[in-house]
Order: sequence, then C-alpha cells, then structure tokens
Amino acid sequence: MKIVINGETRNVAATDLAAVLDECGFSGRVATSVNEDFVPATLRGARTLTDGDRVEVVAPMQGG
Amino acid sequence: MRKSFYGVELPNPLMLGTAQYPSPAILEEAFRASGAGVATVSLRREGAGGTGQTFWKMIEDLGVHVLPNTAGCHTVKEAVTTAHMAREVFDTKWIKLELIGHTDSLQPDVFQLVEAARILSEDGFEVFPYTTEDLIVGERLLDAGCEVLMPWGAPIGSGRGLNNPYALRAMRAEFPDVPLVVDAGIGLPSHAAAAMELGFDAVLLNTAVARAGDPVQMAQAMMSAIEAGKAGFDADPIEARDMAEASTPVIGKAFLT
Repeated sequence: MKIVINGETRNVAATDLAAVLDECGFSGRVATSVNEDFVPATLRGARTLTDGDRVEVVAPMQGG
Repeated sequence: MRKSFYGVELPNPLMLGTAQYPSPAILEEAFRASGAGVATVSLRREGAGGTGQTFWKMIEDLGVHVLPNTAGCHTVKEAVTTAHMAREVFDTKWIKLELIGHTDSLQPDVFQLVEAARILSEDGFEVFPYTTEDLIVGERLLDAGCEVLMPWGAPIGSGRGLNNPYALRAMRAEFPDVPLVVDAGIGLPSHAAAAMELGFDAVLLNTAVARAGDPVQMAQAMMSAIEAGKAGFDADPIEARDMAEASTPVIGKAFLT
C-alpha cells in the first residue's frame, strides 16, 4: 500500500496506523494525524489505512 | 500580588522560548542561569533519527512548566488539531494558541483565535491566547473560556519592544484580575522591565535571548530586568509630571542674596 508519511510517499506492508509507525521506525513521544484528523495513541491500532492516506507524525521540537 | 496561571503559581514571571539557540547546551544553560519557570515548545515532523526525543529529554530534565504552541497555524482546524497532538505528546492541558493572520507581521487572526479558543476551552484545554492589545478581543477571549491573555508587544522576533504602551496600560486597567503576559517583540531587558512596570504578570520571549551574542548572559539580564520592573510596579511609582518639583526642601535654606 502506498501512503504519504510526513510528506514522503512510502510503500508499507502494515495496514493500521500503529503497525505503520513501527514499520517506519517511529517511537517515543509522537502524535499522529491521518488526512488532517488527529488520531490519539490509543486508537492507532484500530485506525486502518488505505492507499493514498496522508499521515503526519510529529514530535517535540524547539518553539517560541 | 502574584497571579496564578490556571491555578499554577510560577516561580518567577519569565517565560522563555526554546528555539534558535546556537546549541542545545546553550539553551539549557540559559534556562538554568536565568531560572525561567516556563519553556515554550512546539511540534514538528519527527525526523529519521528521532531528534524530537532527544530534545524532549533535555526539556524534561530542566524541570520547568511546558507550554506547547500552535506556531505557524493559519486556520482553526489546523490549530485545534495541533493542540490535540500537543496535549498528547506533552501531557499538559496548557496550549499557547497562535493563529497567524498576516504573513509579514505574524499578526494574530483574532477572529479565528476566538473561535479556536472556545473550541479548545470547551474541550478542557487551558488556553494562553497570543492576541493583539484590542480590548474587545480580550473580552471575547475571556468569554470563550480563556483565563490568561497574551497581547503582543511587537511582531514576533522584531525586538521592537512595546509598540503600544498606551493600549497595554489600558488592557491592564480593563482586566485587573486577569493574568496578562506580554508575548513577543521584546528585544532588550528594558522592554521587559517596561512591561512589568505596566503591571503585567509575565513576559514571554525567545529571540531576544536565543539570538543574542551571549544568550546565557542575556537570559540573566532579562530575568533581572523583569524582577526589577515587577518590584517597581509593586512599589507604586510616582506619577510623571511635566514640570520640575524641587526635591530638596526650600524651608531652612540659608538667606544669602
């Protein structure tokens, strides 16, 4: 399945958000959205992804 | 009197940003040397090496209150989604709500700001709105559930100081019981002191410290200025007057003419 993760198109084997994060090597304190909607950590396993979905994975960063 | 921010009493009135420092070590030292009690942070796309995790560990070790922002958001939807992500990542209800309306000045879009503030407040967030000095907008933000107001001193990163002291003074007078923070535009310690002399409860700044030649020394200077400004306000300063008023008593002066 082809999805866009943080702006980059990737082929992934996993089909739910939690598994995709694992497959792509994301861990630690991150938050996620799919197609611009927030997906809480507790619901990532239940969030099935489909071809073309846009996933954002964000982490703590410097800010003012 | 020191006001609380959503029930939290801060150790001092300096809120310090974490962006643009020459190195993480200097950022850390600036916090430790100044004693700032609040760190503003943001969320950005996580990189391959998990850079966000290293940054988070450092902030955690500082032991300060964390105030995540919605910097760069231009729509209510974007800001609300970012706030939800921030609440999960940083495990705090605090959110510095920024809704940018103008590219060059980064002026807040106050119409969207009020709408987003209402949505987030109803959802249990404790909103710190980055706003203008407009009194009516301030009133609307309070109606929307905000318990803190953060008017700009000048455009973000401009270092111009307080562009409109009259309006900030009016804001202080209009909202005597609301914690008020001058957020953005501070360039010099004297600007920060001036904000506190107006009776503001805190100052939030980033660029003035991070981009100074010596950020650690500037962070300390800002803290000293903020404390001096606050002490000056608390001491009930005299009214300014146009003409001189002799301070040395006239009575008892030797008659020598």
